[in-house]
Amino acid sequence: MKFPSWHFIRVWQRNRDVFFRLWHSEAPGFVAEPIIILVAMGLGLGAYIGLVDGQQYIEFIAPGIIASYAMFSATFECTYGSFVRMEYQKTYDAIIATPLSIEDVTAGEIFWGATRSFMTGTIILVIAAAFQLVPSLWALAIPALAFLEGIMFASIAILFTSIVPAIYSFNYYFTLFITPMFFFSGVFFPLSSFPEIVQTLSWIAPLTPVVHLTRALISGDFHLDLLWALALIIVLSALFFCVSLVTMRRRLII
Amino acid sequence: MAIIKTKNLTKKFKDLLAVDTVNLEIKQGECFGLLGPNGAGKTSLIRMITAVSPPTKGDIWVQGNNLRTHSRQVKAILGVVPQLDNLDEDLTVFQNLMTFARYFSIHKNEAYRRSMEILSLFELQNKCNSHIRELSWGMKRRLLLARGLINMPKIMVLDEPTIGLDPQTKYLVWHKLTDLKSQGVTQLLCTQNMEEASILRNRVAIMHQGKILSLDTPQELISRYVGNEVWEIGLNSEERDRTVEELERRGLDFEDVGGKIHVFHIEAEESISGLVSSQGRLRQRPATLEDVFFRLTGRSLAE
Repeated sequence: MKFPSWHFIRVWQRNRDVFFRLWHSEAPGFVAEPIIILVAMGLGLGAYIGLVDGQQYIEFIAPGIIASYAMFSATFECTYGSFVRMEYQKTYDAIIATPLSIEDVTAGEIFWGATRSFMTGTIILVIAAAFQLVPSLWALAIPALAFLEGIMFASIAILFTSIVPAIYSFNYYFTLFITPMFFFSGVFFPLSSFPEIVQTLSWIAPLTPVVHLTRALISGDFHLDLLWALALIIVLSALFFCVSLVTMRRRLII
Repeated sequence: MAIIKTKNLTKKFKDLLAVDTVNLEIKQGECFGLLGPNGAGKTSLIRMITAVSPPTKGDIWVQGNNLRTHSRQVKAILGVVPQLDNLDEDLTVFQNLMTFARYFSIHKNEAYRRSMEILSLFELQNKCNSHIRELSWGMKRRLLLARGLINMPKIMVLDEPTIGLDPQTKYLVWHKLTDLKSQGVTQLLCTQNMEEASILRNRVAIMHQGKILSLDTPQELISRYVGNEVWEIGLNSEERDRTVEELERRGLDFEDVGGKIHVFHIEAEESISGLVSSQGRLRQRPATLEDVFFRLTGRSLAE
């Protein structure tokens, strides 16, 4: 297995330049949508729900919205975005003919995906704070967590991108992996409402530990389990990062 | 001195032997042409030399650096012009060059200067802020060439650089390549354009089914395989058998190409006189690299 070099930053810079040229076409998805969900679910649906775990419903879902939209950002970037660059635009082919290696490209894409998570997480956090939903100063650590979360989901996405035969295959990724996670990781209701077996299963979903951590950072209410959550995120990130380096090389270096 | 050297270079894809034990030495400053039908293995060979595809067997050295261990250093001195357009569609013409310069860690000011310079070299200065999709095919090819020069490469590797270009653009490209040659840039060029190969190349290798069949200067290849002139005999069917018999009797080197017979290696005109009833059916023309190509790789389709 080969590792990326510092040159990966060149790929990150390329993606950054493209993003800031076209940001207005991306912004609605990652800023407007979470606000709509927060207001519609939090205030609209929340009016019928009352308190959840001793919180207003909108307070309860705010951390989950941050965590899941940070996930969506990295995921879209490193599935559809990366696939288009790799297969249709042949951007990777052009880059690996320069001093950059395929590992630099893969790492650049993953770190850019993580940067997207960081930006989305930070923006929604600020909005949530404006709604007075963020009581604890520990919330300042959320952008860093969103970045780490981004590395994890970008790596998983790149791994999938490196093995799919066609762009249509991403339907499976979203309907069987991403969307179920959105609903079963404790974003909209506490996992304790599920039967024991579903609760255990939901800890396999990588979004679950992120939601728990984000919720703790927002409320300032910590407990020991959160260390496990953090450790899980770090291990999964490192694991999928390394695997995606290998599978991407297999796909492109023939 | 050989700037590119390959030893027993082999590339295998499942059951296909794309490149078969190729030993090449390309000299510093020369223009080296790689000629061959589709599927001959030219692109596979080029992809290995440009360090984007690892050899199945064998080794490559560029400026004495083994590609297995020094691919990053080698790629830094290469200018690669691919056969297919892989310009960055998300960026403008100018940004394409600036971004590419950054992959080579060229400082921003220097990258700006060079981008401007090579854009005007390829007459693209008016297209600076255009999007890639707004460019014509010819402009894209010119931009691909310009991009290949951004790092001021010591070696240019070009895969069919003038494919699909109008004559004006083709001559512009040839002119720039000749300039580069006079500046001492080594060129490795894959082409199916025989005219291109004879105009630009010092030496030409003819490749077929993964192997190099022959390697020499275009002129030397022509005189070795077909002689300097080719005689074409236009035939009707009743004359055909008789003429073939007569050619065989005289021991001449000829090839039946369907409707016509090409006769090669004719030193004196007498040896071909009296072959056909009407002199109008006999035509003499200078031999070209294309004749060599056909003789070596055959006339049937390779794929």
